[in-house]
Amino acid sequence: MVAEETRVPIDRDGDIIAARQKARELAAQVGFSGSDLTMIATAISEVARNIVVYANRGEIVLSAAQQGSRRGVLVIARDEGPGIPDIERAMRDGFSTGKSLGLGLPGARRLMDEFEIESEVGKGTTITMRKWTR
Amino acid sequence: MPVPILKQGDMLIASMQSNLEDRDLMQLRDEIAEKVGRFKSRGVILDVSILDVLDSFATRTLRTIAETAKLRGAETVIVGIQPDVAVAMVQLGLTLDGIATALDFEEGMELLVATIEGGRLDGS
Repeated sequence: MVAEETRVPIDRDGDIIAARQKARELAAQVGFSGSDLTMIATAISEVARNIVVYANRGEIVLSAAQQGSRRGVLVIARDEGPGIPDIERAMRDGFSTGKSLGLGLPGARRLMDEFEIESEVGKGTTITMRKWTR
Repeated sequence: MPVPILKQGDMLIASMQSNLEDRDLMQLRDEIAEKVGRFKSRGVILDVSILDVLDSFATRTLRTIAETAKLRGAETVIVGIQPDVAVAMVQLGLTLDGIATALDFEEGMELLVATIEGGRLDGS
């Protein structure tokens, strides 16, 4: 089964709003409600902002996820920006290179169930997040 | 879409409209700082009840607006944070420590009036 994907290009801060609206629609279709929808939208806001601030452009790819009987959403945030030299540090609360509160990535991880980050300096960053319905 | 700022007595009231872009928030911050001086406002109400997400950037900017207004002599109350938004903010690790909040507009106005009058009694 090939899950249908929604791609949202991220070029400017207005695109962050588009990304979280799309995510909210998809998550509602999958069966999320209430504060889960808001948590997903907020996590997307954080990773999308990271793209705008550090990489200038990139994309968010949204799709439904399934694992056995569990249903969820898969969010991939991808950019070809400068990459993150020290991921461990970037994932620490309060660490920021000065443009944010430093809560973005660790905060997004807390809002989702699964969070993986791959980054290579000079090549870009890919963040993969999942959240499952309860 | 820019946020309209209404003047009511010695208060300024800014109600956020739909989904704010960054520049709308920046503009709001600058306009509040300017209007607090022009109208000699003592209080500012920021109504965020329409917002379905408050991320770290928006939260930081709201804090900046409140602190900027404070430096210009006005108290700020943020009103109307939705329950789902509050849950997500806590999960993310965001707080508004030191910034006054109230459930809705009426309670925010009461809090603001009490704070301003209290401040006047203390100060004179």
